[in-house]
Amino acid sequence: MQLTSRETAAKPLGISTVTVHAGEDRQKPGNSITDPIFCSATYTFPNTQSVIDFIEQKQPREEYGRYGNPGEKVVEKKLAALDGGESALLFSSGMAAIVGLLMAKLNAGDEVIFFDECYHRSREFCTKHLSRFGVTTHQVPAGDYEAMEAAITPATRLLVSESPTNPHLSVVDLERFADLGRRHDVETLIDATLATPYNVQPLTEGVDYVLHSATKYLAGHNDLLAGAIISTAEKLEPVRKLRGIMGAVNSPHNLYLLERGLKTFELRMQRQNENGIKIARFLEQHPRVEQVYYPGLESHRDHEVARRTMRGFGGLITFLVKDADWRQTGAIVDAVRIPRIGPSLGGVESLIEQPLVMSYYECTPEERKSFGIPDNMIRLACGIENPEDLVADIEQALESASL
Amino acid sequence: MDTSSLRFRTRAIHVGNEKEPRTGAVVPPVHVASTYIQPGAGTWGEYDYTRSGNPTRSGLEATLASLESGTRALAFSSGMAAIHAVTMLLRSGDHLLAGTDIYGGTYRLLHKILDRTGVEVSLVPATDLAKVEAAFRPETKLLWIESPGNPLMSITDIGACAELAHRHGAWLGVDNTFASPVLTRPLELGADIVMHSLTKYLGGHSDLLGGALVVRQQELYDQLYFVQNATGAVLSPWDAFLTSRGLKTLELRVREQSRSALRIAEFLAEQSWVERVLYPGLPGHPGHELAARQMQGGFGGMMSFELRGGFEAAQCFVESTRLFQLAVSLGAVESLIEQPAAMSHASYDPADREAHGIRDGLVRISVGLEAWEDLRDDLLQAAQAAGLAG
Repeated sequence: MQLTSRETAAKPLGISTVTVHAGEDRQKPGNSITDPIFCSATYTFPNTQSVIDFIEQKQPREEYGRYGNPGEKVVEKKLAALDGGESALLFSSGMAAIVGLLMAKLNAGDEVIFFDECYHRSREFCTKHLSRFGVTTHQVPAGDYEAMEAAITPATRLLVSESPTNPHLSVVDLERFADLGRRHDVETLIDATLATPYNVQPLTEGVDYVLHSATKYLAGHNDLLAGAIISTAEKLEPVRKLRGIMGAVNSPHNLYLLERGLKTFELRMQRQNENGIKIARFLEQHPRVEQVYYPGLESHRDHEVARRTMRGFGGLITFLVKDADWRQTGAIVDAVRIPRIGPSLGGVESLIEQPLVMSYYECTPEERKSFGIPDNMIRLACGIENPEDLVADIEQALESASL
Repeated sequence: MDTSSLRFRTRAIHVGNEKEPRTGAVVPPVHVASTYIQPGAGTWGEYDYTRSGNPTRSGLEATLASLESGTRALAFSSGMAAIHAVTMLLRSGDHLLAGTDIYGGTYRLLHKILDRTGVEVSLVPATDLAKVEAAFRPETKLLWIESPGNPLMSITDIGACAELAHRHGAWLGVDNTFASPVLTRPLELGADIVMHSLTKYLGGHSDLLGGALVVRQQELYDQLYFVQNATGAVLSPWDAFLTSRGLKTLELRVREQSRSALRIAEFLAEQSWVERVLYPGLPGHPGHELAARQMQGGFGGMMSFELRGGFEAAQCFVESTRLFQLAVSLGAVESLIEQPAAMSHASYDPADREAHGIRDGLVRISVGLEAWEDLRDDLLQAAQAAGLAG
């Protein structure tokens, strides 16, 4: 038996049953219980005729590491099953995945529309690089579906958003977003890195492509980089072909660590969601906190949509410190003892950062304002530590740093 | 920071994983070096040769010591290498007393290797404290127990055994592999040495072999370290890294596995094709009350049960599951199933097997992380396939 999706069984299988078993042969090479790591750069053929058979009859098998790897196929099947998709495609990083998709799908003269709150490197690729190839990028305010619809022209090929967005945690109404694309015959892409397939299932809402930085929750241990796109096999075919040419493939060792991380994905997400809501609620009532951005809170702009469409709200929390300038805000970041200062999120270790310093230091104050990055903003990426320890630590940091 | 006040899961993630100072890497690098450059001839740095010490292994050892409430730990190439190191503390003429419900490999080490060195070995049902007390001799140096025991899931009173051992001038060693430090921390109960097969719950992903010893007394650590360094059965840096990574989700895994196992045990107990279920979480288990006191918030992911039917029925049953995979070992994300009489305890002498209650129809399962309903359905269909259930 090889499980390939949650639904092929008589009744839907549990998420952990899927992440532990999906995509794996029950009986593996050498009869080992875990998949071997195939480090092979190339794959051998027994004779000339078998090469001809491979080329003429398209017999599925490995050929060269840049085109695929047996361990990679196992992880791709797990990710496809998790997101309720037909096929998944892995890349060496989340950015390699989105670049691979955009490069495969867009031609000179095409247009892309983004909701504006999205990862700044994705935006940068579009505005600085896709533009060099004659692709036009339009940005509309996150959550403004009318503005997005108004921006669609006959040349529009792709609508892109994150959900939730980073760092404002705005939540997209996926059904509405997908419907917008369908009505105008434009494909839709959701970067669901912050939500994960545990919390949302964009494909079942009608979105065409789901993208993940698998570096984050999917791998979950802050010890590898990976990116993935999930969609239908047909839609991914040109992306897969271009990946084989561009070569942004992941290493077999990394992919094994990703596979291993997926096996505890459900448990980690349950704790991430629990830590997220507990810490967000703690921050919201703290006198030194001006505002908390967390979609699980009633006070969040998109709480209604989030409550309706998300199973949980993840481990990322953004908050503003009351009456603090950027240095005073930095002092709080410096005063925490458990979360470490660093970019990224979704691993077992909590991380903390001040967006002004970490990602927007070289921007002008006007630019930061336009991106919605105030000086007193802190982004906390919860790990899976005990919530009581994290709350106590953040509390002492808020109270020790003198404002 | 002072980590002693932090909870178990937080320590599993942070202790021994301190930030790497040169690069700030949030995950410590894997130190693969076999040897280390020394400051001068005859002047030794912190590390000199990887058999004697390795930074990646040291990080893991610090985590293990914290999780087991010990002060020092040693990581070995396998669980058997760890037990073997303990037995090397004994000398010809010493006596080792062990429980009857122990891993087959330990039984083999004690009866077929250690006996050659002139160390006397005897077994006693460790659940019966009067018998344990009576079995001590003036030359007894070590009492060795497992709780829960393997494969009968007997529960031994660790605190009482520690008292008995100390009264007779012996150490108490506990193989804590089945319970894991999430549920039981023998050093807190008075044990002198805690041993683990890291291969099982601590590594947790069926992808490494390892063993560990954890102690509180520096003197005992020094003796064990001397044995490890002299005999060389150390854990590889790669496997130390994978174990450290596994420890970060240890509590989540063990608690989930315990919850699933209890539900499965309750299900099995109601089935007509099951003769008896050996799981300390069931109120009818003879060790239930003790387990409820000694194990914290769960009874573990291991259980055995006897099928109504003999060797063949059990064999057919274990070969018919679709999610449970037929293999020895335990404690990982994948559920495993086996027949102790044919597999994990085949190294017992048949007479001892019978005497210790390891019957032909006995099946042992290790509950993994799959949804418990999926595992229940799998056991039921295997019983049907084996002609046990309608």
